[in-house]
Amino acid sequence: MSEARVIPLHADDSGARTRWRLGAQSTPRPAAPPVEVPEPQPESQLPSEPEQPAAWEEALEEILAFLRRRLEGDYPVDEFGFDVELTDNVILPALRPLYRSWFRVETIGMHHVPTEGGALVVANHSGTFPLDSLMTAVALHDDHPGQRHLRMLGADLMFRMPALGTLARKQGSTLACTPDAERLMSHGELVGVWPEGFKGIGKPFRDRYKLQRFGRGGFVSAALRTRVPIIPCSIVGAEEIYPKIGDIKPLARLFGAPYFPVTPTFPLLGPLGLVPLPSKWYIEFGEPIRTDTISPIDADDPMTVFNLTDQVRETIQHTLYRLLSQRRNAFMG
Amino acid sequence: MTPSVVLVTGVSRFLGGHLAARLAANPEIDRVLGVDTVPPPRDLLRRMGRAEFVRADIRNPLIGKVISQASVDTVVHASLSANPGSSGGRTAMKEMNVIGTMQLLAACQKAPTVRRMVLKSTSAVYGSSPRDPALFDEAMTPKDLPSGGYAKDAVEIEGYLRGFARRRPDVSVTVLRFANFIGPRIDTVFTRYFALPLVPTVLGYDARVQLLHEEDALAVLERATSQEIPGIFNVAADGVLMLSQAIRRAGRLPLPVPSTAVGPVSRFFRGARIVDFSPEQMRLLNFGRVVDNRRLRTVFGFTPRWTTMQAFDDYVRGSALRPVIPPEQVESLERGILSAARSLR
Repeated sequence: MSEARVIPLHADDSGARTRWRLGAQSTPRPAAPPVEVPEPQPESQLPSEPEQPAAWEEALEEILAFLRRRLEGDYPVDEFGFDVELTDNVILPALRPLYRSWFRVETIGMHHVPTEGGALVVANHSGTFPLDSLMTAVALHDDHPGQRHLRMLGADLMFRMPALGTLARKQGSTLACTPDAERLMSHGELVGVWPEGFKGIGKPFRDRYKLQRFGRGGFVSAALRTRVPIIPCSIVGAEEIYPKIGDIKPLARLFGAPYFPVTPTFPLLGPLGLVPLPSKWYIEFGEPIRTDTISPIDADDPMTVFNLTDQVRETIQHTLYRLLSQRRNAFMG
Repeated sequence: MTPSVVLVTGVSRFLGGHLAARLAANPEIDRVLGVDTVPPPRDLLRRMGRAEFVRADIRNPLIGKVISQASVDTVVHASLSANPGSSGGRTAMKEMNVIGTMQLLAACQKAPTVRRMVLKSTSAVYGSSPRDPALFDEAMTPKDLPSGGYAKDAVEIEGYLRGFARRRPDVSVTVLRFANFIGPRIDTVFTRYFALPLVPTVLGYDARVQLLHEEDALAVLERATSQEIPGIFNVAADGVLMLSQAIRRAGRLPLPVPSTAVGPVSRFFRGARIVDFSPEQMRLLNFGRVVDNRRLRTVFGFTPRWTTMQAFDDYVRGSALRPVIPPEQVESLERGILSAARSLR
């Protein structure tokens, strides 16, 4: 016990010493060791005090302060219900192991996402359960220099569900509707949208990586009106996490869900079937499609909107095919 | 232009009464008439000063006589009631709200002196559902029309007022859609709700709550009365609180109730006359409601002085709520753990 306590102390101290040598403290240090070893230590520890117990004591201090703030309700929430503190300290850390170790997500083209200002990330949807959106959110926070929070647009079904709907709002999601999307983008937020919706996420495994219809292109007109760039995003790997090979329609109707998936493991192995398969993921952000060159009046022109929607869709589909041809194995990458 | 004779309905309650008092303090206004079916409490009456109290029922055509005889030029309709309990049951409340407004509008339509009409409405007209956008602006209509209760009354009243505005285009009509009021002095369902030691919430849901400080509400009503600013305005403070956060800030403990048990629980509170919960208020606790107050700032020219959080804190301080878990205890616990950890080292 006592040994384990002393060793990091010295290791840390030497690190601090090299830094302090650059400053004015360099003179007493060579004099100190010859006189007595334990004497100067408490003195030299004073400046390095906050660094030295950092490992666990500061973490504990932070956790306690965090818990106290939560308990006293002392934290900001924006008008959409986005709770930054909870997202950064609880939700994202909970997803991180899944992101890093389970799916081993690799991101490509992160420089296409602007460090600040509004943008619209449009991605393909897959995987029976929307883990792809959560992983994209982790990617944009952890692997982007701007540590951006992705504000996702979700279906109303999600917000109707107890617990899940509340958690989604706290994590920064809001209802996929034009007023919300435009409000977020004009406030300079990074907005994420999965325009395939349930058609994409609930498609059978044999249709994997085939993009479904992109709704009515509402996301394009919202981007046109707020003049933010559209960033096509292609996610490879999410299709294999829960291969949906069947659909029990009566059960889906019973729960009011759009589908009741059957995967090779799901109803068969019970709760064990809820564990996603460890596929290797790639998330590629494509070149931004500028919308500020098009007049915002064209946001209501169906031709412009459809053309732009098609362009985004084609870009994502081609990127998917390219990534798939480079991939040798769904699980090893 | 300041009005010369103002008629305020609902003066026996907080907003109407204090508005009448504020208007009476303005020397540019000649007469302030306060109308209600019951006389205001004594301290409120004293505060109202030179304002005259007329005990009249707005459901009675007699109100027309009051308006024409005093040649009222500005009518502030602030008597909309949200609590069926205090107004003698839901039927009486609906009658008072809807039939009363119809009579009042009919009387105003006949009175050529009326130039301005201010309605205290509510943001409940937007409803509350998971299919709604995060923020409502004045042009939005609810996805599901409120099916009953106060919200439905307010929707109907606004409809009658639109009809009135069409028939009397010379009258400037201001509709103020207020968020839930809070503050140290006002007594509403919300202030009683947060005063409970165990606050019932809906399990699995955490609503966004937007509030408005009582002083801001009075200032907005006063401004709408003394200046001509026609239109519909959302009146709400900036920012939101999550319901769970508000409960923690008040130092209360939440009592999550499964949504199937919400009905019986709210009936119990209503029956025990603790908190007068109506079904639409329970729905509000499910999904919450936030409105956009941009028009209030830009067109109406008023910026709320309190944010939602400040207004709520003012209510907690002002009504001297004793926290169930005192924050000092939490902090001393935090210090205790930290010092224990330090001594371990």
